[in-house]
Amino acid sequence: MNVKLSVSDLDLYYGDFQALKSVDLDMFEKEITAFIGPSGCGKSTLIKTLNRMNDLVEGCRIMGKVTLDGEDIYKDIEVSTLRKRVGMVFQKPNPFPMSVFDNVAFGPRTHGVKSKAELEEIVERSLRDAAIFDELKDRMKKSAMGLSGGQQQRLCIARALAVEPEVLLLDEPTSALDPISTSKIEELLASLKKDYTIVIVTHNMQQALRISDKTAFFLLGEVIEHGDTETIFSLPKDKRTEDYITGRFG
Amino acid sequence: MTARLAFDEQLKLLNSELTNMAAMVERAIEGAAVVVQEGDAEGAQKIIDSDGLINTQERDIERLCLKLLLQQQPVASDLRNISAALKMITDLERIGDQAADICEIVMNLPKAKRLLNIEHLPKMAKTTSSMVHCAIAAFVESDIEKVNAVLSMDDEVDALFDAARDEIVADIRQGGPNESEAMDFLMIAKYFERIGDHAENIAEWAEYSINGIHKGHQLYQG
Repeated sequence: MNVKLSVSDLDLYYGDFQALKSVDLDMFEKEITAFIGPSGCGKSTLIKTLNRMNDLVEGCRIMGKVTLDGEDIYKDIEVSTLRKRVGMVFQKPNPFPMSVFDNVAFGPRTHGVKSKAELEEIVERSLRDAAIFDELKDRMKKSAMGLSGGQQQRLCIARALAVEPEVLLLDEPTSALDPISTSKIEELLASLKKDYTIVIVTHNMQQALRISDKTAFFLLGEVIEHGDTETIFSLPKDKRTEDYITGRFG
Repeated sequence: MTARLAFDEQLKLLNSELTNMAAMVERAIEGAAVVVQEGDAEGAQKIIDSDGLINTQERDIERLCLKLLLQQQPVASDLRNISAALKMITDLERIGDQAADICEIVMNLPKAKRLLNIEHLPKMAKTTSSMVHCAIAAFVESDIEKVNAVLSMDDEVDALFDAARDEIVADIRQGGPNESEAMDFLMIAKYFERIGDHAENIAEWAEYSINGIHKGHQLYQG
């Protein structure tokens, strides 16, 4: 397995507060890596760092290195190029207040695709990849705001896929969804894994177990333990990991 | 700080129910040894009847484990403890069956032949009963030394079986038991030896619950 994203010796401060401490972590190509840990442990901060979403946060200072295919994302890659290569989906579905079609076509249009036929092809392919084309094919011109929460979230995944990223970052993508929508997203991620590198933050331990290949456990800004998901959840090495995943704290 | 009082209570209950089941099984082994030594038909019947209680205890523990798997979706040491317990009760139940089988063999012997004078059988019974006790204690106390103690006791039981077989052969040569009786005696010795193997299995699952290793292999390697 090739390392797709690599974080080394990363420290991150919000003003005086150190949110990440000496983080070293590799994320492998075409695998799902899950970040788990109690609230405030730094997992969302790290996932945002992976496509430079922290850049505009006031007082945020980052030291250390994050690489994508060996290139430093803070030095060697333009932010717009990085965001095209590393897509992100958030906890709360955030469709734009426009039609289903325009939501998915938004990214490709921004990147200069003008041909209607080409846009139609991209939109259909992205919706199919996000396992929602059949549900939405007759509602392309309707507002995305009228979709259910689960549909909106899959639409947001389709929107992220439309610019053909290499990495998909998901920050608690199912925490606002019912169990059926959640299981659709989980199945979708399992099928997307063959083409994409996926990083997911989740508070749902069973979800991390079901879908991820690797798991990293965060506590107070540090990666306490990182490894194969099955090993972490059956035989964790660190007592703090054991205590967290068995519900003794957090 | 703990956020799982109810779950911890249920895990304690699981430990105490397992200890109870082990005590029932130990009594059955020791009782079978007395039956073998004294040819006591009444005692034999009691052990055969108590096997039903051991089976019921197995069902109860099985139900508790399945409920915990369903409700708690355990991971890490909780998962290892509950899955090990599920495996261990199968071996405990089999030991109960074998103690009853020994008693049935004795009951089916002609009355005059029920006093089995095979020196090594009581020793086998005593050692295997200690093995069961020690294996369950290893699990409840997470004590790897006790696991190792059980494994070395099984070697003793194997040696005692060989000695008991030699003893039976020598008795046959001296005109003691007839062919059919000799076979029954050997079966009894073999049942005690198998009881030792089941106790060893229990100890191996106790080790898995402690450190994730079963028979020298890490079961989880991703």
